[in-house]
Amino acid sequence: MAVQSRKEIMAADRRAQAEARLAATPMPAASGWSATPRQEALSRLIDLGLPHRRDEYWKFTDPTTLSQPEPVKAATFDPQETLIFGGVDRLHLTFVDGVFDAEASDSLEGEGLEIARLSEAEAADIHWAQSLYGTLEARGQQPVARPLAALNTALASDGILIRATGKVSKPVHITYLHNAEASDAILHHVVKVEAGAELTLLENGPAAARFNKVLEVDVADTGAFHHIRAQGRDHERRAVSHIFARLGKESTFKSFTLTVNGVLTRNEAVIEFTGDDAVAHIAGACLGDGDFHHDDTVFITHDAVNCESRQVFKKVLRNGAKGVFQGKILVKEGAQKTDGYQISQSLLLDDDSQFLAKPELEIYADDVACSHGSTTGAIDEDALFYFLSRGIPRKEAQSLLVLAFVAEAIEEIENKDLAGELTERLAAWLQRHSG
Amino acid sequence: MLEIKNLHVKLEEEDKQILKGVDLTVETGKVHAIMGPNGSGKSTLSYVLSGREGYEVTEGSAVMEGADLLELETEERAAEGLFLAFQYPVEIPGVSNMTFLRTAVNAQRKARGQEEMSATDFLKEVRAKAKSLKIDAEMLKRPVNMGFSGGEKKRNEILQMAMLEPKMCILDETDSGLDVDAMKLVADGVNALRSEGRSFLVITHYQRLLDHIKPDVVHIMADGRIVKTGGPELALEVEHNGYADILAEMA
Repeated sequence: MAVQSRKEIMAADRRAQAEARLAATPMPAASGWSATPRQEALSRLIDLGLPHRRDEYWKFTDPTTLSQPEPVKAATFDPQETLIFGGVDRLHLTFVDGVFDAEASDSLEGEGLEIARLSEAEAADIHWAQSLYGTLEARGQQPVARPLAALNTALASDGILIRATGKVSKPVHITYLHNAEASDAILHHVVKVEAGAELTLLENGPAAARFNKVLEVDVADTGAFHHIRAQGRDHERRAVSHIFARLGKESTFKSFTLTVNGVLTRNEAVIEFTGDDAVAHIAGACLGDGDFHHDDTVFITHDAVNCESRQVFKKVLRNGAKGVFQGKILVKEGAQKTDGYQISQSLLLDDDSQFLAKPELEIYADDVACSHGSTTGAIDEDALFYFLSRGIPRKEAQSLLVLAFVAEAIEEIENKDLAGELTERLAAWLQRHSG
Repeated sequence: MLEIKNLHVKLEEEDKQILKGVDLTVETGKVHAIMGPNGSGKSTLSYVLSGREGYEVTEGSAVMEGADLLELETEERAAEGLFLAFQYPVEIPGVSNMTFLRTAVNAQRKARGQEEMSATDFLKEVRAKAKSLKIDAEMLKRPVNMGFSGGEKKRNEILQMAMLEPKMCILDETDSGLDVDAMKLVADGVNALRSEGRSFLVITHYQRLLDHIKPDVVHIMADGRIVKTGGPELALEVEHNGYADILAEMA
């Protein structure tokens, strides 16, 4: 018998993990348009296997608890705060532990909007989402495999399908509540923003003990998509999320994520420019205290002329919290006049915390402007002394300096009311976690 | 107002004595100036009085109207009415000048058991005071000291002083890096704040600032001590003869 190489052993491990996971998680019985993309995703998953902790792409984040058959239990936590975005005039939908709660949701309709639940829409033979469901995820498997996203496409129990056909005035807001200690939620959303249309999607909540979410977004020429997400509350939750976005000519894509608490969060974004003159900004701020691990992994592909991409990530870490950033800008041949910017910074409030960053640029065009930077530092002592000397107490001074540090990421949010609400939440968190 | 006795200070990190027995009393309502060559310990004195980290007081005391400054935290000293105008005001990206000022004013009021100032009253007051220092509204909205010229930074220090209304103001080389016009503007701002209940300690290398802010008493500091004290004429003597003569006389 031939001796197996380490690579072969890892591949076998990956497949064994995928099989164990599939055995534990039932695949929804799909008979309509989604049957084919789900089946194809299943093949991808079996082929790829689930992430291995020795995989290069998971070097800084151990995927074991995201891959394993059963979720790790997570206690629910009540921070005694009202849910964020509650004051916004919006179309509000609620999932509890990944299960749609019709009672707590508005009816699925809105001006300039076609909106449906995946689990209801997929019974039909044809649907507008069928050309997208799993399609952008499949495109995003190259050049780096994202098996947990393939798993999601195959196994998602539900999700929201949103098609914006005009300027949608009310944001669609999805709240994910967490009630059961061992809940394991898999949701898959598809968004199609038609030419000239505009849509804002808000998301918040801890979702489940373990949450796997995919959001596929197709923005047609001149369309605009705004996305603001707040992941918070429960300390023990684990989540992996993927955004797959494809951007047409002169389109706009803006996504901001605020993360507080959470033992493990991996947020991946895979963005592809396919039309010229488009803009994509992706930003995030996270605050971690203690047993906190947060990973932002971004892959932006410029395959069109004169597009602008911007990545702004800020992490504030204390008491041994860990932050990870992996960000790549790939500029394909012919993607001239690309303007790519990437910054990832961490503010470490003590010596125990850690920030790991892997910025990458890969450029095959000769007329581009791309820059990236990454910094790690403590609170500026000179700035702190300046505050103190004006009579501002130390805690308040530190909070202001932390908020100032994350401001560049928050400024990426165009809606200043929502940005203000997020800043208030940050301030409240800092209040609870100071000292 | 301020009574410093036999103050000895060394750097925390290295065994280097900077202040070697400073004695200084600033009476209420008076303006004292400290002049001295580079490295004499003038700025160290201002930092130690305001409570900056990195210095160790090995002997002596500093009392402000009965409050033992050396026992208080930096922010408590400020709430007691001590103010330091920085030689190099710090740039703070992400915090607007307005937020910074309002937070400071209200933190001090809170520490003193006073009610917070209402947003309208604060705005009215800050606008009026900024105007007299030729600080425009746009500068107030910008992050603290970001993109400010040297003169603008110093004017901003004086604006903070005007808003916080301290009892004891220390000006650390406020004239450094200023041209004549900018210095005049800063000096006018300081002079407008002179009052019976407020004292000043003006630290400067050159006499020229003292043409505009007329001191009651002038001290010469050298090698960590006050070596000579006199009236305003002492500053003129320095201007004409430099420090060498005075130091030689003391030796």
